[in-house]
Amino acid sequence: MPAKDERSENGEVGARGEGAVATTPENLAELYQKMVLIRAFEDACQRAFRQGKIGGYLHVYTGEEAVATGFLDAYREGDRVITAYRDHPHALLLGASPGEVMAELYGRRTGLVKGKGGSMHLFDVERGLMGGYGIVGGHIPVGVGLAYALRYQNTDHIVQLFLGDGAINQGAFHEAANLAGLWGRDEMCPCLFIVENNQYGMGTSVERATAMTDLAAKFDAYAIEHEKVDGMDLLAVLECAHRAAERVRESGRPYAVEAITYRIAPHGAADFLEKYRTKEEVEKWRERDPIGIVEKRLLDSGDIDEERIEEIKQEAKREVEEAVRFAEESEEPPAEELYTDVYAGEGEE
Amino acid sequence: MAETKTYREALREAMVHEMDRDESVILMGEDIGVYGGTHLITDGLYDKYGPRRVIDTPISENGFTGAAVGMAMMGMRPIVEMMTWNFSFLAADQIIQNAAKVRYFSGGQVKVPLVIRGPNGGGVQLSAQHTHSLESFYGHFPGLKVVAPVTPNDAKGMMLTAIRDDNCVIFLEAGALYGTKGEVEEGDNAVPFGKARIAREGSDVTLIAYGRQVNLCLRAAETLEEEDGVDAEVIDLRSLRPFDEDAIVESVKKTHRAVAVEEQWRWFGVASEVAAIIQEKAFDYLDAPVERVSGAETPAPYARNLELLAFPSEKAVANAARRALYMEEK
Ligand SMILES: Cc1ncc(C[n+]2csc(CCOP(=O)(O)OP(=O)(O)O)c2C)c(N)n1
Repeated sequence: MPAKDERSENGEVGARGEGAVATTPENLAELYQKMVLIRAFEDACQRAFRQGKIGGYLHVYTGEEAVATGFLDAYREGDRVITAYRDHPHALLLGASPGEVMAELYGRRTGLVKGKGGSMHLFDVERGLMGGYGIVGGHIPVGVGLAYALRYQNTDHIVQLFLGDGAINQGAFHEAANLAGLWGRDEMCPCLFIVENNQYGMGTSVERATAMTDLAAKFDAYAIEHEKVDGMDLLAVLECAHRAAERVRESGRPYAVEAITYRIAPHGAADFLEKYRTKEEVEKWRERDPIGIVEKRLLDSGDIDEERIEEIKQEAKREVEEAVRFAEESEEPPAEELYTDVYAGEGEE
Repeated sequence: MAETKTYREALREAMVHEMDRDESVILMGEDIGVYGGTHLITDGLYDKYGPRRVIDTPISENGFTGAAVGMAMMGMRPIVEMMTWNFSFLAADQIIQNAAKVRYFSGGQVKVPLVIRGPNGGGVQLSAQHTHSLESFYGHFPGLKVVAPVTPNDAKGMMLTAIRDDNCVIFLEAGALYGTKGEVEEGDNAVPFGKARIAREGSDVTLIAYGRQVNLCLRAAETLEEEDGVDAEVIDLRSLRPFDEDAIVESVKKTHRAVAVEEQWRWFGVASEVAAIIQEKAFDYLDAPVERVSGAETPAPYARNLELLAFPSEKAVANAARRALYMEEK
């Protein structure tokens, strides 16, 4: 177990991405564009929440963009993805349109789940998203079951299972990891665990919530191999993600990655107090903003100029504005919709 | 002497009252300390009592609730906060299999003086996994006490009683009403469990509720009076286990008509129980079938318009009363 201060004051831990993955400049620019879009989307929905246009809970991904962007770059059609309630980027990266996602947050019939789930429960089964879930840790066993089914059905698809550092203290995590380890022996659990360690479960830091803070090493107890990655560095994540995904795909065995990252935004859009962390700490992490890091790399390498960067940002802004307009102009779900989807087999032809 | 306080302050006052008096009272839960409490109920108490008495727990409901059962068996008096009752399903094994039963299967050798508290119900677009009303779920289990105060005065007085009780008390707070104000008696205003409160006297029909539905009934009663000249009595059950059968029976003997209101699903619920008790004990006094008003039989939807349809409304309560009075067709 690494000493506490080795554990990433600023994410300086784990694999370094420098040159480790064959990313073309076009590729990188495209991923940069996706991250910029996610950031713009999250900013816009946070605004709409504060204007009272979005209800319920809203948890944004600001600061953690490199993690989902890097891992879902290794997604292959037919794979499955499952995550908790901080799920907007996962839906967007898998191909849902910003309009569909925003409409869901607005509770409209045009939303990803017809306005029935809201921010915490985005599903897009056709594109591989098996859901966002609201109970911390509750989705982890489900993800392991998805993985078993993929092998049982003779595919070479994998599950990318995202979970938070807070979720790792739930019994559900430990029970599910044990199942994954067991089933992995028989090559029946192609599950890639991605621990999004953003340092906090709501207002409680990892140090105050977890007795042994090396989260990757927890998987040792379940015979699941693991590594850590600098989750603020997209290149590092990409290298790790592609390698890990292929390994899981080929072996049918689970594998775990702890991505060291940081939630720059408040836990939820309604939380303002933040007594649990200092402004200085947030500022320090902001200096390693994952989008800024990629932007600098693109500019330094001369693959992209300031003008193009500005264009990308403007495009994202336009796209998100369009999404907001779509959501605002969409209708509410009809009253009959209250009683549909309770049981399968009803109202189906 | 009474002072105006919020429901939130009233709860905190009760806990402070008992923590000052009794060292064995401690608090545990997610983010109740350094963070200040998600709903600010425990705000300031970490500074006042320190980390040994105000314990920030990891997100591991079953684990820390079970640990609280152990502390209680040793004579401590833990108060566990469920960030919301929705999350108590994870702790249900410890609550039901241990907290509720250990006294019985130890032949009375141990007791479990444990309070589990937190906001109950829904109504703010939190959708399916964050919206449940758990009164009939926990009310089902012998060994547990289940209470649901709605006024700030009751919030304090019933919390005092809960902390002093030698059993596991499921304390269902009216989460949507944390900021509402009311007169709260100074000092020790302990309110006994199992005694309902007549929230409004009336003679034509009895509206029976608990928790925040009581306020819905009070508003419906106003409407009935203004629009129909109907004088409705409103009974706030306050505690569901033990349950004040007499208060309901007495009221129905006077009004001859009853409406039972609940936010939760209808099947196998509190309103069914109320209706059954009335038919067992006051059948001869009834002039109409007992009406029930409940939540829609679906998981909670997110969209605002659907959510409004999913929960009982003032209008639904007034209409049910009119049906009980044969002023409106079924
Ligand atoms: C079982 C359960 N307990 C508590 C909560 C309230 N809650 C929502 S998010 C959260 C923090 C989770 O932290 P983590 O898993 O690290 O994910 P992050 O929010 O940091 O992405 C808590 C305590 C919940 N949703 N479910």
